[in-house]
Amino acid sequence: MAFSVTSKMLKNGTAEISLFGELDASVANEFKVAVEKAATEKAKRVVLNMKDLEFMSSAGLRVLVFAKQKMGSDVDIYVIAAQDAVRDTIQMTGFDRSVIMQDEFSAI
Amino acid sequence: MERVDAYPTHEYQGFKLRPGKPFPFGATFVPGGVNFSIYSSHATSCTLVLFNKGEAQPKVEIPFAHEFRIGDVFAMIVFDLDYENIEYGYRMEGPFDPQQGHRFDASKILMDPYAKAISGRDVWGKPPDWEDIYPYRSLLVFDDFDWNDDRPLGTPMEDLVIYEMHVRSFTRHPSSGVKFPGTFAGIRQKIPYLKELGVNCIELMPIYEFDEFENSHVSSETGETLMNYWGYSTVGFFAPKSGLAATGKLGMQVDELKALVKELHRNGIEVFLDVVFNHTAEGNEKGPYISFKGIDNKTYYMLTPEGYYFNFSGTGNTLNCNNPVVRNIVLDCLRYWASEYHIDGFRFDLASILGRDPSGYPLSNPPLLESLAFDPILAKCKLIAEAWDAGGLYQVGSFPAYGRWAEWNGKFRDGLRKFLKGEPGLVRDMAQRLQGSPDLYASRGPTASINFITCHDGFTLYDLVAYNDKHNEANGEGNQDGANDNNSWNCGWEGPSTDPGINSVRTRQMKNAAAILLTSQGVPMILMGDEVARTQNGNNNTYCQDNKLNWLDWDLMNSQSELFRFYQNVIKFRLAHPIFRNRWHLSNQDRVGSGYPDISWHGTQAWNPDWSDSSRLLAFMLNGKQARGGMVEDDDIYVAMNMHWDSHWFELPKLPEGKHWYIFTNTGATSPEDVWEIDHEPILDDQNGILLGDRSVVILVGKYSK
Repeated sequence: MAFSVTSKMLKNGTAEISLFGELDASVANEFKVAVEKAATEKAKRVVLNMKDLEFMSSAGLRVLVFAKQKMGSDVDIYVIAAQDAVRDTIQMTGFDRSVIMQDEFSAI
Repeated sequence: MERVDAYPTHEYQGFKLRPGKPFPFGATFVPGGVNFSIYSSHATSCTLVLFNKGEAQPKVEIPFAHEFRIGDVFAMIVFDLDYENIEYGYRMEGPFDPQQGHRFDASKILMDPYAKAISGRDVWGKPPDWEDIYPYRSLLVFDDFDWNDDRPLGTPMEDLVIYEMHVRSFTRHPSSGVKFPGTFAGIRQKIPYLKELGVNCIELMPIYEFDEFENSHVSSETGETLMNYWGYSTVGFFAPKSGLAATGKLGMQVDELKALVKELHRNGIEVFLDVVFNHTAEGNEKGPYISFKGIDNKTYYMLTPEGYYFNFSGTGNTLNCNNPVVRNIVLDCLRYWASEYHIDGFRFDLASILGRDPSGYPLSNPPLLESLAFDPILAKCKLIAEAWDAGGLYQVGSFPAYGRWAEWNGKFRDGLRKFLKGEPGLVRDMAQRLQGSPDLYASRGPTASINFITCHDGFTLYDLVAYNDKHNEANGEGNQDGANDNNSWNCGWEGPSTDPGINSVRTRQMKNAAAILLTSQGVPMILMGDEVARTQNGNNNTYCQDNKLNWLDWDLMNSQSELFRFYQNVIKFRLAHPIFRNRWHLSNQDRVGSGYPDISWHGTQAWNPDWSDSSRLLAFMLNGKQARGGMVEDDDIYVAMNMHWDSHWFELPKLPEGKHWYIFTNTGATSPEDVWEIDHEPILDDQNGILLGDRSVVILVGKYSK
């Protein structure tokens, strides 16, 4: 499935970004742009909805770290409902330390 | 700021190019493209070959034009590549004249020796396409990684307790319960175990790309496929083995290994890599072309005057380490692991080869070893040599050290094994080994001595006390392989036994070994699984066994909890008492006016050791006021070792006024009284002496009563 990303800013300062399809180096920039938008809008937390994300490559993982660094240590990044393969990838490569992984979003 | 060199200047078949930069070697991301740089002293021309990932044929072959060369380096930038979907390699043209040392063959596609990741063996044990024209393919790698504030730990050498492990063996067994068995990610899940055991350094057997199918064949004995399991045969010096990574099939092994190092560091555990610079997987003239053979055979390999391959490694070829070009790639490699992966130390396999000149003669001042010892990036890395090779050079105690190199002390292993067995007349030798071998390392200190009784080569600790002879039939070599001088003793029966008497002696012998190893000056190294009596069924050379002979059985934690508890407590004891962890050799004198020498020797009579040729027992006392040369004060320690088959009463040296002897360990006692927790040691009833059972070790602590 081709990659797409949607984003919206909630009234409580939560930036919700949903990822669809396959995320690799050729499309990683679209994800990055969405994160930058959340930063410009001074989001208080970022919720990444990954229910429909089928694949994440090295380039995709790096946007997670970029998000953490861009948003700052005060802003929590949530990864919600990651599919098995994507969750495994994030855990195996150690990128799970940059984000909070949950099946359903609940603010910490 | 836009760089003026960020734009293409040439084009070839639709690919935009620019003359590249020689530094760094290998493939590096630059604005808009990838810089490819490779060197060869004797090639006449070079072509970059690009594949779409997984395809059988190249998508383009781009020759390095004349303007893309500086000296012997071919360097070119290629723009607009799909980084995650490219595999690259090189063709080199030059003379084919074996007698002159040249074996150029432009029909072969060669792997970049500086490749940071390699595809072709993505999943361990999955048979590759044997018809692939380019079997080990170089990949482009993101080298950025979020280390936060991680850095090599810098734990002082004298404070290390090293645990030697094989990545796959550690968690591959079904009983391990980890999500990603046999991988770097698997080790992460077992970090709590390592912390429980108490080790603070793991030494990983080869983790760079190697071919598990090298020399692979079906065993005539068992019908199983034998593999190149240990991996002492380098394919790619800069690439972590994809088959040892859970994310190998996704090409993310670099991140996975870095994540492991980061997590280990967070838990106070250093990481050493076992590195193999003495030979490569290309074999001799009959072996495959992987990289060096086709890039610059004459430079990289030690060759005879007729153009054949010298074989000081026993495996087919020998890397020409003291050739200046080769020296640089070895240095680049170590610097890469130290800086990019935050590795804390390196153990060099068959290190004596690194001290031979291009014709094989041992050098007294080998340039490579000197460079490594003084390199700024490696300055805080520990360097450990396996100070021998397969060509007859044995340099334990004489390895060119430049004050930096430690050695695997083979003499410690042999001395302790014989002493443990009950061979007479070992006490003088043991006295040296217990002190960190001043007879070998007087000018260097005990930290030059890596003390061990077992390692991957040879018996496991349990097998050392369960077998008199090796049983390597499963290797399919008629039991001819593997060492014969094991200095082992089976305690009365060959192999597994249900006799409680025999098993009790075996357990006691293992505890004796651990107690002596961990109270010796020097740096102790433990073999993975010895703490739970792992067995290889008497096979002392399991290099080819990808099965339960090698895989750690985690159920042993239950059946061997007594032995594990013993190891755990003795390791904690060592780390709690700086008196065991001196940087300088003991003087055997009283340098602070305490009334006691820093170390004193005893036998069944205090102050009167039995040094005779028939002696099988020895005791020593360490004076607490002279711990670390008198810089810290520790408790007094008394260790008695009775390797005789009879019990003996040991008269104890008197302690200063107000101090008493407390008992920490008596391997002859039944668990849980075989070892006590620190600060909970019971006071010794009779302060004048203690009875040691046959084949027992006792450790006492001398401290002020509360």
